[in-house]
Amino acid sequence: MDMQVTFLDRLFDSGLLIDTGVEGLYARSGTFEDVITGFERLIDKFSGETGAEVIRFPPGMNRSYFEGSGYMKNFPQLAGTVHCFCGDDLAHADLIQCMAAGEDWTGGQKASDIVLTPAACYPLYPIVAKRGNLQAGGGLFNIQSYCFRHEPSMDPARMQLFRMREFVRMGKPADVMAFRQEWMEKGKELMAQVALPVDIDVANDPFFGRAGRLMKNNQRDQNLKFELLIPITSVSKPTACMSFNYHQDHFGKTWDLKTVDGETAHTACVGFGLERIALALFHHHGLDPKLWPQQVRDALFG
Amino acid sequence: MKDKIRELLGKLGGLPVAVDTLADGADLYAAGLSSFASVQLMLGIEDAFDIEFPDHLLNRKSFASIDAIAETVSAIVEGREAA
Repeated sequence: MDMQVTFLDRLFDSGLLIDTGVEGLYARSGTFEDVITGFERLIDKFSGETGAEVIRFPPGMNRSYFEGSGYMKNFPQLAGTVHCFCGDDLAHADLIQCMAAGEDWTGGQKASDIVLTPAACYPLYPIVAKRGNLQAGGGLFNIQSYCFRHEPSMDPARMQLFRMREFVRMGKPADVMAFRQEWMEKGKELMAQVALPVDIDVANDPFFGRAGRLMKNNQRDQNLKFELLIPITSVSKPTACMSFNYHQDHFGKTWDLKTVDGETAHTACVGFGLERIALALFHHHGLDPKLWPQQVRDALFG
Repeated sequence: MKDKIRELLGKLGGLPVAVDTLADGADLYAAGLSSFASVQLMLGIEDAFDIEFPDHLLNRKSFASIDAIAETVSAIVEGREAA
């Protein structure tokens, strides 16, 4: 814990992250953003996924897509919904009075049509499914979104609002599994270019509750999720900076997403936690990118 | 017990095939039991038999077949009676 506070304090002191008074909600400096931009450019140069359709999402998604995704079945503790004032003059007066008195003013807020995006690929599946069957060879997407997870923490590597970059593959099971397998190798090579020590291990998502225990064990037993881990705030518990996920036909069935032959599509995604990777770079190479090893500077800024 | 398990499987398993067509030893995952349906089944079984699955039995193996479910439930019931 002390080590985490220390790294977060150093990030604040250096101005790389700016405290907002809420754990896990930080502003980023220009230097921090330059590192993220450099790493995203490196992903594109390195990926070889040149045929991917590029889509950038806002940090919120259609509430009905969110509901249809089943996210609340599995991760209700992490979701964030956008609620808004929809009342009349009287309700407004009540609201202002409550706020002035320091009382709860949020009771009358109504759910809007927007939910904070929990993972970059959640808005993608219904959008692609609406276009009709995938083309021959399936689909490949290069996406990015700010994502929200309600998990306040003093660990700077566990932010509540952060960017997730992903490649998503949709199609026949063999193609989708091969894509994920290739990326587990490519992920290691990519991190070697910026001199970060990595480990890849089987993992599970943070499914909620006792039912979630079964989901976690199922996910592990079937090797559906792997993570690329880099020590940031702890050596014994390194941080997941990339994940490699095979969803089988889960999203295909959920959204009636079909291959060119009309079979239910399988999907996989490879995700990069961009802030986590930036933090790993600052932790391993120092807080001033100008002093980073030349190899790393060339890879990111060359 | 297996009749009850079959009834719950039919109701909660979301299988694309009729439960009657499955042998007691048939692989339920191969028959189309999804992870999420296995969770519903687990909760239904806990309710029906008034038991609680301990963490170490909350795994894929425990729900792999009607036989496996019956064995798991029996082990939990026996463990409770022995305690």
